[in-house]
Amino acid sequence: MAKISVDGIKYEVNAANNLLQECLSQGLDLPYFCWHPCMGSVGACRQCAVKQYRNAEDTTGTLVMACMTPVTDGGLYSIQDSQAVDFRSHVIESLMISHPHDCPVCEEGGECHLQDMTQMSGHNYRRYDFQKVTHRNQDLGPFINHEMNRCIACYRCVRFYGDYAGGTDLVALASHHHVYFGRHEEGTLESEFSGNLVEVCPTGVFTDKTFSAHYSRKWDLQTAPSICTGCGAGCNTTPGERYGSLRRVVNRYHHDLNGYFLCDRGRFGYDANNSAERVKEALFVQAQINGNAEVPARKPLSATEAARQFNAMAGGDVIGIGSPRASLESNIALQQRVGAENFYPGINDDELASAREVLALMREPGLHCPDIRSLEQSDCVLVVNEDLTNTAARMALALRQATRNAATTMAAAARIPAWQDAAVRELAQHERSPLIILSPQGTRLDDVASDTFLGSVARQVQLLEAIAHCLDPEYSVSSRDPSLTSRAKAIAQALSAARRPCIVSGISAQSTALVRASGNLARALQKARKGDADAPVGLCFAMPEANTLGLVLLAESTGNTLSGALQRLAQKRADAAVVLENDLFRRAATAEVAQALAGHTPLIVIDHLHNAFNARARLLLPAASPSESNGTWVNYEGRAQSAYRVFAPAEPVRAAYEWLTPADPVLLPSISSEEILAQFADAHSAFAVLKDLLPHRLGLSAVMKSPRQLPRYSGRTAMQANSHVHEYRQTQDPQSPLSFSMEGVPLQKDASLLSAAWAPGWNSNQAISKFQDEINGELRQGCKGVHLLQSGQAQASYAPIVLPSEGDLAPYFIEHLFGSEEISAKAVAIQARTVGPYACIGEALAQTLGVAQHGRILLKAGERQVQLPVLIRQRIAPGSIGIYCAGELDRYSLAGGVTVEAVPEAPDLLLRSREMFRHLVISDSWQGRDES
Amino acid sequence: MSDRPLTRNIDMRREPFNLQQYRQAEGYGAVLRMLREQAPADVLETVKNSGLKGRGGAGFPTGLKWSFVPTGEGAPKTKYLVVNADEMEPGTFKDRLLMEGDPHLLIEGMIIAAYTIQASTAYIFLRGEYLRAEKLLRQAIAEAREAGLLGPNIQGSGFSLEIILHTSAGRYICGEETALLNALEGKRANPRAKPPFPQVSGLWGKPTIVNNVETICNLPGIVRYGIDWYKKLGKGADAGTKLCGVSGRVKNPGCWELPLGTPIRELLEERAGGMSDGYALRAFLPGGGSTDFLLPEHLDLTLDYDVIGKAGSRLATGTMIILDDQTCPVGMVGNLMRFFSHESCGWCTPCRDGLPWVDAIFQRLERGEGRHEDLDILTEHLTYLGPGRTFCALAPGAMAPLGSALKHFREDFEAHIGSGGCPWPK
Repeated sequence: MAKISVDGIKYEVNAANNLLQECLSQGLDLPYFCWHPCMGSVGACRQCAVKQYRNAEDTTGTLVMACMTPVTDGGLYSIQDSQAVDFRSHVIESLMISHPHDCPVCEEGGECHLQDMTQMSGHNYRRYDFQKVTHRNQDLGPFINHEMNRCIACYRCVRFYGDYAGGTDLVALASHHHVYFGRHEEGTLESEFSGNLVEVCPTGVFTDKTFSAHYSRKWDLQTAPSICTGCGAGCNTTPGERYGSLRRVVNRYHHDLNGYFLCDRGRFGYDANNSAERVKEALFVQAQINGNAEVPARKPLSATEAARQFNAMAGGDVIGIGSPRASLESNIALQQRVGAENFYPGINDDELASAREVLALMREPGLHCPDIRSLEQSDCVLVVNEDLTNTAARMALALRQATRNAATTMAAAARIPAWQDAAVRELAQHERSPLIILSPQGTRLDDVASDTFLGSVARQVQLLEAIAHCLDPEYSVSSRDPSLTSRAKAIAQALSAARRPCIVSGISAQSTALVRASGNLARALQKARKGDADAPVGLCFAMPEANTLGLVLLAESTGNTLSGALQRLAQKRADAAVVLENDLFRRAATAEVAQALAGHTPLIVIDHLHNAFNARARLLLPAASPSESNGTWVNYEGRAQSAYRVFAPAEPVRAAYEWLTPADPVLLPSISSEEILAQFADAHSAFAVLKDLLPHRLGLSAVMKSPRQLPRYSGRTAMQANSHVHEYRQTQDPQSPLSFSMEGVPLQKDASLLSAAWAPGWNSNQAISKFQDEINGELRQGCKGVHLLQSGQAQASYAPIVLPSEGDLAPYFIEHLFGSEEISAKAVAIQARTVGPYACIGEALAQTLGVAQHGRILLKAGERQVQLPVLIRQRIAPGSIGIYCAGELDRYSLAGGVTVEAVPEAPDLLLRSREMFRHLVISDSWQGRDES
Repeated sequence: MSDRPLTRNIDMRREPFNLQQYRQAEGYGAVLRMLREQAPADVLETVKNSGLKGRGGAGFPTGLKWSFVPTGEGAPKTKYLVVNADEMEPGTFKDRLLMEGDPHLLIEGMIIAAYTIQASTAYIFLRGEYLRAEKLLRQAIAEAREAGLLGPNIQGSGFSLEIILHTSAGRYICGEETALLNALEGKRANPRAKPPFPQVSGLWGKPTIVNNVETICNLPGIVRYGIDWYKKLGKGADAGTKLCGVSGRVKNPGCWELPLGTPIRELLEERAGGMSDGYALRAFLPGGGSTDFLLPEHLDLTLDYDVIGKAGSRLATGTMIILDDQTCPVGMVGNLMRFFSHESCGWCTPCRDGLPWVDAIFQRLERGEGRHEDLDILTEHLTYLGPGRTFCALAPGAMAPLGSALKHFREDFEAHIGSGGCPWPK
């Protein structure tokens, strides 16, 4: 700690930081542009100038840039000094000389850091009366608008996009006052994190194109704290609503998880909420007389009718199939409705088995499941199989930062402070902490990897075992391959040399052998480190969906599997089935699901989007989307976090748990999410901690609620003026600590209720600093979620492993950030980035088959045959074929092994697939025979 | 022993000395003896004590700069020497003379510098337009390498050195040593923050010394003839000689090697032959485009770093630009402002957005549309773009001629206002 004085007031600050950061930590207002809490200082904008004095006698002082000035004990500074004030006003004046002043038509207006800083710096009247510099804008794809004329050249965009996120196609071009931030040519931004430009840019150069399509000012958006349902990472988000539709998603700071950044699936996938495919009414299939024939027809029911019908159908021996994309509350409600013995987890058996293995590992003392922030701090990461950029992108972004820890260490030795971002990068150049990637194909993290091993799942298991054997000679491998020994030794050495090693995998491969092998390696590593309790070995598994782990935990008490449920349906061993927010065609082989449906067990589905499965339901109940309902989500760490509904859906749509709770259907809604959670926590000791989520929800009385609307929310009475001029009654939310209103207690009281950060003078998302206990610190008085997994008994020995048998051609399943997740894939903007099913093969197989790049092959799996366009890659495991399943093609139908055959080339199809592959960013796409 | 150690071999009417001729003129003798007999620390001591100051413009003591390079056990093994030959300062052409006139002198100097800091790779960052210098340096490097004066284990000394000649894509900012390093690494030529200084974290993050061509060319003489000789070369407080140039309306514009401490009058009147017939001296920029104007009353000052500094300007590159009495000072300064504005790298706000404003005002003055408030805005920029305000020295350098012009030629600026433009005959 250091004691400093700013304008005569004494502060205790952290001497490891720069002056700007410490001033902001103290709540002082000092304007800045190029500095970013997560990206450090580069000293470009000069906006944060302050006076520094040598000692008490020094009355003149020296002008310094606060962001580039290390804090020194006893330091004397002034923000208010007239020279500093004058300089800062000159800086803002010259920053603005070419700015178009188009705030009224700019999407950033009202949440613009440039507006805020201009106000703060006291620049009012334009003196520059020459021609402004103007630029041509680029089409950057479906996500991001580009309006370069607004640019103030703070360089944050390229620092985030390139330096931080590893993108290569957004750069600074030209020089002097013509400097331009864009791509070398127009085109879709390649980075999976491009959406963060919207928040990183202090003004309106990069804005959210999907938001523009149905724009509203920040202050007119109704928001609530929410959790991203794009994957199992558990990122915190703030969705915004107006006029009953979801308008956008922005980042909500979480210290341990997403920090300041989201991935593009999480940011742009929200639009599925507004999809034309929404289930908007309860639909019931009834026999109808059509002429002489009796044909089934779907008829809408009122909410009361639907609830009655539901109770009538779901009265007897009913099975319930839960969902990894439904909230914990809805799954609990279903489980309670049908009884635990009739509750089935709605995920594939293999996925369930893998997830159960993961749970066991996560409860093991000595192993530690790192949060995303801890991943960033790891000094050696081993990625096992999981293509994190496509399955849990925010974790991949964290691993990219982890490779920079070597740089920070070097900088500390050279006495360069870690916050001096450019200097640290210049010093370290390409020195990186080890990142070792085992994968069947090249990944988007390969550019920062120290070692990449291309191998099928079985080969990866072999290598993991070999590494474990290097670390612990007592570890006996199930199958030895001498060719892996030197590789294994090198990786073992890197892992044991690290102070905070992490093994990161996932369950995308749905392979228990892979999970066990990863676990065994973590145990061997922990043993080799002699059980260093201060720094346990990190081991974590990305989860595919927002509540995969929550669902598996709920269903843990029984051995129920999805195939068990499907069998019961096929064999008519149930009176009815209730399927919660689930498209079972995505969970099991089509034939298996069809067989189950052929049993004609009455099927009730509760979901919010139409799909092929719920089209078969006798009763389809309209569910609220995650943004329309409260819910608790359990992320990959076992962390349960609360999301609050942003807005109430139009009748009869309601949260699935409301349909499910047994009560008088006339009195709908019946029970609140809070009550479900509280009762469940009381009844199940393993879930008792869930109650810690509740005080924040129940502790506030009705008059002390926090508003979902900002103080300047406008048009409350005008919004409905086209139909009536009365102020409509606000939607009531009796159990919630949030109100659908502008009135209430200030948000600062409880940061876990903080949705849209706003503070006086700080209208942009940068206002978050006013809610942190220090810059980059935790949110004051916020609940970060509760951990549901407690350490259990120590595992005595290594888990036995059966090496997966792979045929001559080992298939692996490709995941895409845009497309693989069911709900976000329904968003229009995301659809512009998705591709149809395709196969990935290596050069050798391509030559054997005589197939050209983007040509076609015939894929055979048992009875099933499908022609697929081919992507020939340089970086693919020998003997492997990657298959991207989308649409009709599901991975479970290919489970028995695949063979491929050549098919004659069709020029028109070739053109079509070439067009399709343009949507993918594949750095190792084979160029050899591309132009045919 | 020559009193013109930098230019003694130079005769621009013939080709420069090849290796054989250069060795006949005592070339490489001292450096080979140094490699045999002296430890790097000894050479560092010699250079420190010689009083040599950097000739690139800032005048920082060379030995002191070198002494910041980490040495000993824990120090990084890889170090670099970079010669800044990106001579782009307006009015400056002294390094060109050295490289085109005696390329082996630069190579010999580089061996000394590299040996002292124990760098085994050295770069020459050459201005892209210096095509003849490029050709001659490539020849000389090849000759030296062939003769075993460069390459691995030079003359059995155990010291190895490779010299890589890099030609610049051409930006003024590349003369700023850290921008030069970024450019050499293939990045945007933006300056780097200091600290850390290049001596600690320079090219590719390794300890690096960046020296000007002329600075390096001083080294062979110092090593060959010693400190006492070197100090005596200077007439005043500063040691050694300096290449001094004069451009503008003088009878004999050119570049000469003069002892530091020579009166400016001698340079202008004897070497440059005085003003051209019909022209009188109005003012001059003593050290290139980014120095303050001095007036005829300063002609008797000596060419010393401190003397010129006290008069309110800088010796800098030592190459004078003459303003005569029949040239518009506003036009001259406006030309410089246009140059500096265009050459800003675009990194920091005051320079990137301040200089174009200044430039725009000068153009307006030229068109006769200037206002009195414009002069106030120009004056504000003197502080706004002053030292410590900007990221590097480019903008403060640009403010030097502007500030002194506003002081000395106020009436000329005012004559542009309300008079339909520049009153001077074109």
